[in-house]
Amino acid sequence: MSFGPTTFISAAGSTPVLVIVIPLLAAMLAPIVSRIHRSVGWYLATTATFIAFLLSLSLLYTVIDGGTVSYRMGSWAPPMGIEYVVSYFNGFVLAVIAFISFIITLYGKKSVEQEIPEQKIPFFYSAYLLFIAGIMGIVITGDIFNLYVFVEITALSGYALIAMGKDRKALMASYNYLILGTIGATFLVLGIGYLYIATGTLNMNDLMQRLPEIYDSTTVITAFAFIMVGLCLKLALFPLHIWLPNVYTYSPSIVSALMAATSTKVMAFVLLRIMFTVFTPEFVLEVVPVTKILIVMSCVAIIMGSLIALGQTNIKRMLAYSSIGQIGYITLGAAIATETAMTGSLIHILNHALMKGMLFMVVGAVVYKTGIVNIKDMEGLGKRMPWTMAAFTIGAMSMIGFPFTVGFISKWYLATGAIGAGMWYLVPVLLVSSIMTAFYFWRVVESVYFKGRSARIDTLKSPHHSDEAPFGMVVTTLFLAGLCIYFGLWASGPVEVAKNAAAFLLGS
Amino acid sequence: MELEAIQSFRPLYAMLASAIGVLLIGLSWEKPNLREFWTILAAVIKFGLVVSMIPFVLAGGVYECSLFTVVPGLDIAFRVDALGMVFAIIASLLWIVTSFYSIGYMRACNEKNQTRYFMCFAITMTATIGVAFSANMFTLFLCYEAITLATFPLVGHKMTAVARRGARIYMVYLLGTSLAFQLFAIFLTYNAAGTLDFAQGGILTGTGSTALLTIIFILFMAGITKAGMMPFHNWLPAAMVAPTPVSALLHAVAVVKAGVFTVLRVVFHIFGPGLLDSLGISFFAAYFICFTIVMASVIALTKDNLKARLAYSTVSQLAYIVLGAVMLSPSSMLAAIIHIANHAFSKITLFFCAGHIYAVTHKTKISELGGIGKKMPWTMVAFFIASLSMIGVPPVAGFVTKWYLAVGTVEAENPIILIVILVSTMLNAAYFLPISYKAFFGKESPEDAGSQQGSGHHKVRELPMMTIPLVFTAIVSVFIGIYPDFFISLAQEVLRP
Repeated sequence: MSFGPTTFISAAGSTPVLVIVIPLLAAMLAPIVSRIHRSVGWYLATTATFIAFLLSLSLLYTVIDGGTVSYRMGSWAPPMGIEYVVSYFNGFVLAVIAFISFIITLYGKKSVEQEIPEQKIPFFYSAYLLFIAGIMGIVITGDIFNLYVFVEITALSGYALIAMGKDRKALMASYNYLILGTIGATFLVLGIGYLYIATGTLNMNDLMQRLPEIYDSTTVITAFAFIMVGLCLKLALFPLHIWLPNVYTYSPSIVSALMAATSTKVMAFVLLRIMFTVFTPEFVLEVVPVTKILIVMSCVAIIMGSLIALGQTNIKRMLAYSSIGQIGYITLGAAIATETAMTGSLIHILNHALMKGMLFMVVGAVVYKTGIVNIKDMEGLGKRMPWTMAAFTIGAMSMIGFPFTVGFISKWYLATGAIGAGMWYLVPVLLVSSIMTAFYFWRVVESVYFKGRSARIDTLKSPHHSDEAPFGMVVTTLFLAGLCIYFGLWASGPVEVAKNAAAFLLGS
Repeated sequence: MELEAIQSFRPLYAMLASAIGVLLIGLSWEKPNLREFWTILAAVIKFGLVVSMIPFVLAGGVYECSLFTVVPGLDIAFRVDALGMVFAIIASLLWIVTSFYSIGYMRACNEKNQTRYFMCFAITMTATIGVAFSANMFTLFLCYEAITLATFPLVGHKMTAVARRGARIYMVYLLGTSLAFQLFAIFLTYNAAGTLDFAQGGILTGTGSTALLTIIFILFMAGITKAGMMPFHNWLPAAMVAPTPVSALLHAVAVVKAGVFTVLRVVFHIFGPGLLDSLGISFFAAYFICFTIVMASVIALTKDNLKARLAYSTVSQLAYIVLGAVMLSPSSMLAAIIHIANHAFSKITLFFCAGHIYAVTHKTKISELGGIGKKMPWTMVAFFIASLSMIGVPPVAGFVTKWYLAVGTVEAENPIILIVILVSTMLNAAYFLPISYKAFFGKESPEDAGSQQGSGHHKVRELPMMTIPLVFTAIVSVFIGIYPDFFISLAQEVLRP
């Protein structure tokens, strides 16, 4: 199986491009149709993400049945024209992203109405859909410059979304991200430029075939280094993470959830994509042993992310640092570069999207209902918001990696992969991080259930014991919580896809 | 000899009985009597299902029940063999007894959140039977962690600062070590053997270097903290903040027995006695455990709080089980298996007594127990009988264990361990007999005597809801001391080559 121009399957028709076009069109429509009524924007976003989700599912099934799907923009044959390619690997990620985006959109109606000023809601949904179109584009495109364009679309709409946070510090967070994101993007585009200079092509498949001859060229090695640095900044690999905590902390709740579940995951995906399908496993393992560096960086990220999360008092910031640690899991599996470890890495893209998206949704519900973001103030919340907190507990168990949750599946593949590759010394890193995760999550669970109400909760207006978040929020959150358990027990399906994708990436 | 196996969902039903119970208990939170009825009903049905599987297992058969595959290599599967049967019978029988006792205790003490309490209890029992019937290390680990989770709210039940602290220590020890060591051992085992299924004679033979296998064994031993081995025993005394029925459950039925049971699984069905013997680490481990036996007894001597003394006694008694297993001689392994039962019935009696004393008189210290034997004769007689079992006096159950354990040391030609067992017996006597002596022959403290005459309604009276269970378990302790054949024949089934 390979990304070849000959693998065009007409059965898929124009599905690959529709996945992008529909959210893109919806993004443009949002400000217009919202003039009718302010809630139309939400209906539009929900419909668009739902259709995109269905399309991505159909694409995934096509790929599972018939192999790689390719779509040529304007019927221009690659490598001249832009090509969209869906293989096992990105078909899987695409479906995950589309699914999570849909669930979060469904969840976000009330939260957006409360947190975003009314006159800005149409533009919020516009930027929101643009963001989703961007990340889906990153996943699906087969052209490396097109990829850069989508990265920028995502980033620009992201800056706008973050800046709409209620707290004035959101502006600072957005500005910080803008500067660092631009630096990252600059590295990325420079690297792409060098590759173009060296090969004269921008099609990823074409690049993969042309590059091996000139692997020893300084231009190619420089290009690779630039791209890696740019991507590591974008995916917030420790110590290039400093933009992330503020972004997750001060964004509107729904944006935190969306970004935590998708954006860094997608960047990790791009890292894998470029390491293994633009360059080859031989290049990253032997020519430039970047995997060795990446293993060390990942371990540092895993430990430091968890360590800093231990000291946080703001729940959103705690989750943000936890994300920084979890990114390390994904890059670690990729850097070990065996099929099992890579499977762990890919399955963690799904698993972490589920867990972290859900946890941010829980926090969004708490903020919606009580405005609380400090862990100390959450004491006794278990009685007030039983369902939301049940979801939080499931998320916490998942993050810790209890068997019967998705977290365990990721850890299982990463650990057995590491041992299988003779790197058993990486297992303690995973286990120590689990224990630290247990500490910082269990601290919250304990104070939520086993302490009397905090002073802050008592001062809130309605002291009835039924103060659960709105139905729409609770149902979507619990649905994801259910999936955290479902895919922890019946994981064969996604693991099978991830395994095939891993085999594909490693070229076997 | 190949075991005869039949496919059956019966082990699953035994787990579901209490799992469905959880829902029904939760739904009837407004009607305490109905809620308690569900607990009892679930416990009785569960016990019935477990008992129904005894004849076939005694005849050398196993029930198998494969549910589904999580991912290739990780299966949720159950298997009822003789070893699991020993544990399951004790756990499910004692759940019935403990339920009656709990109802009495919780109502007498006016505890809050009783619905949560009974729900968590039922979840714990589901997971406990899951541990007993697991067919592979993954399923066992899953249920093992589920027990930790479900007992956490029980330990922290009172929700005071002290209770939270105790529960936190409990969680840190059990979760921390199982994630750090046990899980690591499971990863390594899977990588070496390619499977996690329990098998007669072990799965690790010939799969790795001696060094690797030794490391796996040590990781398992360090990770299965529920067995209470030093230096990871501190969670046991810390968990004493729990209501007494919970302590009884932790110490006699679910938690610690899940721990030693897992150790036995590792010794018998992951490594296999043959492989462990050839690794040459068993005697090193045995000496290590001897240290636990003696130290725990010495610490128990210094404790004035009755439950704390019982907790350290548990640490010491659990060490007998692990010691018997790692000594690898036929009689000592037999002793290990039957002591799961013997210790369970005796220790639960002791905790029931401690809880009964607290519920009736609100006394927790041994020094305050002077003369209590006259006011609570049934309780203190039961306490005395169970103490004899702990010490190992015939005809009570503990004697049978001690006998086989001693025979085992002779078989292994190891007089040092025999001496340790004798010393420990004397220590057991030294910290248990004074309690009974004080209760029957000690003088009542003057305040107590005063308050008794002062107000008539404060009269100390034994509560039948709590007395009957503890008398029952005391009788069982004597019974299985006189007729130990049942558990011995199950144990022989486990050890059959």
